[in-house]
Amino acid sequence: MSLRIVVCVKYVPDATGDRKFADDLTVDRDDVDGLLSELDEYAVEQALQIAEEADDAEVTVLTVGPEDAKDALRKALSMGADKAVHVEDDDLHGTDVMGTSLVLAKAIEKTGYDVVIAGMASTDGTMGVLPAILAERLGVPQVTLLSEVKIEGGPNGIVTGRRDGDTASEQLEASLPAVVSVTDQSGEARYPSFKGIMAAKKKPVESLELDDLDIDADEVGLAGAWTAVDSAAERPARTAGTIVKDEGEGGKQLAEFLASQKFI
Amino acid sequence: MAEILVYVDHVDGAVRKPTLELLTLARRIGEPVAVALGNGAADTAAVLAEHGAVKVLTADAPEFTEYLVVPKVDALQAAYESVSPAAVLVPSSAEGKEIAARLAVRIGSGIITDAVDLEAGDEGPVATQSAFAASFTTKSRVSKGTPVITVKPNSAPVEAAPAAGAVEALAVSFGALATGTKVTARTPRESTGRPELTEAAIVVSGGRGVNGAENFGIIEALADSLGAAVGASRAAVDAGWYPHSNQVGQTGKSVSPQLYIASGISGAIQHRAGMQTSKTIVAINKDAEAPIFDLVDYGVVGDLFDVVPQLTEEVKSRKG
Repeated sequence: MSLRIVVCVKYVPDATGDRKFADDLTVDRDDVDGLLSELDEYAVEQALQIAEEADDAEVTVLTVGPEDAKDALRKALSMGADKAVHVEDDDLHGTDVMGTSLVLAKAIEKTGYDVVIAGMASTDGTMGVLPAILAERLGVPQVTLLSEVKIEGGPNGIVTGRRDGDTASEQLEASLPAVVSVTDQSGEARYPSFKGIMAAKKKPVESLELDDLDIDADEVGLAGAWTAVDSAAERPARTAGTIVKDEGEGGKQLAEFLASQKFI
Repeated sequence: MAEILVYVDHVDGAVRKPTLELLTLARRIGEPVAVALGNGAADTAAVLAEHGAVKVLTADAPEFTEYLVVPKVDALQAAYESVSPAAVLVPSSAEGKEIAARLAVRIGSGIITDAVDLEAGDEGPVATQSAFAASFTTKSRVSKGTPVITVKPNSAPVEAAPAAGAVEALAVSFGALATGTKVTARTPRESTGRPELTEAAIVVSGGRGVNGAENFGIIEALADSLGAAVGASRAAVDAGWYPHSNQVGQTGKSVSPQLYIASGISGAIQHRAGMQTSKTIVAINKDAEAPIFDLVDYGVVGDLFDVVPQLTEEVKSRKG
């Protein structure tokens, strides 16, 4: 039996671009190029490595997002994923993490899975809670924030991994099905090869709408969100700081500044 | 007055500072009821009472250490059901965020993470957050259910506010999911004697300019003179000069100290994402054009191998 791996990925505004909020206080996607969230590349990489280790495995990448989010799926497919699922619906505009996790959970169940793999956080919202929420919604173990991950025994096997926390490093173990998330320490993501990029063009991308997932429009979107953003203000540019050139006394001058601010 | 549930982050009964900060914020919106779980839970009561907890709910069971996250969610849910609070506050640690998020799903509530400030509002607590590498400040609230909010370290002062802090045992029954993820081994992180990076009041970081693992000693010496934590840029970490656990940035840890000192760090957007909410920013860099200088309150254009040791000596002599 094939090990079914679903990787959740997100299409995010490029962090090196001029990111801002739109008039309705959702993320402005028009003025900044989007891409596959860097932290999700680690999830795709681990999924591919697990698939390579398994006798028989299939990697599906899944995203919820507008038309352009296909770019994120194409990147993952060109890295080596087998197929993609794109949940796209106008009613999804402004959906928060609770709504997004609901859509993902339903899409994962519809696709079928033995393991779900996600990045540790998105690089735009940076909440880092989606994997735990997915585990709660799917009713399966969460094996999250892993810097090392291994799956043995196929679809009925176990997942093990190492979680490096603030105060301790833990070895974790759970039976499949499970939700896994991996950190940026799990291993560098591969670059798509030319062959991979060409092959990706022929790989299937399934499109789903809310109706296909039995989700009502009022459960998602800006109106259905569980949270409300009341204001978003651009942080005023920092007033220009004092900059001195070290001519032998730079450390002492800096100490003087720190003393004036009562740090020493 | 409305009760506010506060999840306690502690190590064997020693309460970590971010929880005491949460109590300050909780008092702005109601009466704090603390929830302490696991080994040493009851030992937290005195310090929690001293900082405003009217009640401390405690529970201990082997499940809290033998399985990941979910037993703690079961317990926090039990506390939620017994108290019916107006809000639930949890420290923004990796585990804290996961606990908060799962609770929010169960109780049908929205969640706000990484708040940097909190105040009472007409429609419930209003959380300030920092977005897009701190280039925006947003104000948000939870619009469905009981607000569940996680708060970043260093977001509020620790203030004494003595309260009753009556200890009550919390009855917890674990659900089927509680034992889903076994913790088969645990290695405590070796203590460096320095404060934890994400909660330190001062952070001293080194980057590409440090030019070698052996040179990080001068960064550590400065940190020690200031009682600071040590951070590193991704370039320094990727080069193997400093452990991954100390990486500050978009893909590392996000820090928000009172003082951040960047040495030999150019200030790429990915690094800025992890430190830009620091209250006071200082940089030392040879390159006068380095983008980090756009952020600083005070910058020294110079060789860190000259400036940092001189600063360390000066700090030591001023501290006597």
